[in-house]
Amino acid sequence: MLTTILFYFFSTILVGSAAGVVLSRNPVRAALFLVLAFFESAVLWLLLDAEFLALVLVLVYVGAVMVLFLFVIMMLDINVAKMREGFTKHAPLGAVVAGLMIAEIVYVVWFRHLGITLATTAPPLPANYSNVHLLGQVLYTDYMLPFELAAIVLLIAMVAAISLTMRHRTGFKKQDISAQVARRREDAVRIVKVDSEKAS
Amino acid sequence: MITLPHFLVLSGILFSIAVAGIFLNRKNVIVLLMCIELMLLAVNFNFVAFSRWWGDVAGQAFVFFILTVAAAESAIGLAILVVLFRERKSINVEDLDTMRG
Repeated sequence: MLTTILFYFFSTILVGSAAGVVLSRNPVRAALFLVLAFFESAVLWLLLDAEFLALVLVLVYVGAVMVLFLFVIMMLDINVAKMREGFTKHAPLGAVVAGLMIAEIVYVVWFRHLGITLATTAPPLPANYSNVHLLGQVLYTDYMLPFELAAIVLLIAMVAAISLTMRHRTGFKKQDISAQVARRREDAVRIVKVDSEKAS
Repeated sequence: MITLPHFLVLSGILFSIAVAGIFLNRKNVIVLLMCIELMLLAVNFNFVAFSRWWGDVAGQAFVFFILTVAAAESAIGLAILVVLFRERKSINVEDLDTMRG
């Protein structure tokens, strides 16, 4: 009973915040709604006994990806009003497409049950169930190669992001080691003879 | 009583909202990226729910990989966006018509 109440409560907020992402006028507000959506999904994943993934979702998505989004939004100077042109023009089409998709999914999943028996509660878990233990066991044995490939994907993404956004500015003073080392006395020191008697 | 269809319908609604968002905000690249994140979240919901009901943790391993790829995708997408903004002073999709698409 408690699970049912929690599910409906959090999924209502989740759908509401997803609508907020889509409908909000300001991109900053959309990003904050997306943060809320990720939090609600993390809670719902906790209801599904996927504790590790719920924590990873909060840490990686809310902590890293959404902060990156907010950084970029605030860094770019966006003309919000111009972006909203055509919003009302495309709204009916978007609503129709979304409504059709929801109707089809509800029909197939809810009324036809995908053609199999699904209408049972989740099977009970053993008393010593440990989500992190099981996931680690699978990740480091069966999915060892994909796991390492994921690490490489992250590395390549990091290199790509840095090399894309790196900027070589001209007229910008910085230390040039080779120029410093190649400097010789003859280039740098000029000996000037000054007539001391004439000066006074 | 919460059954598997509850979660599947929830993820279907999330996915449809994201699709509608792509229709509605077709000018703003940042909101388009956010809608893609929302779609990936909906797909991850399906993976986690099926993994719970089937008692197979492989679904959660796949969610882990999807999260990794989505993080890489948004990082590169935002980097491209920053470069684009420096070049064009705009992130409007309609200004990006160099390839006549």
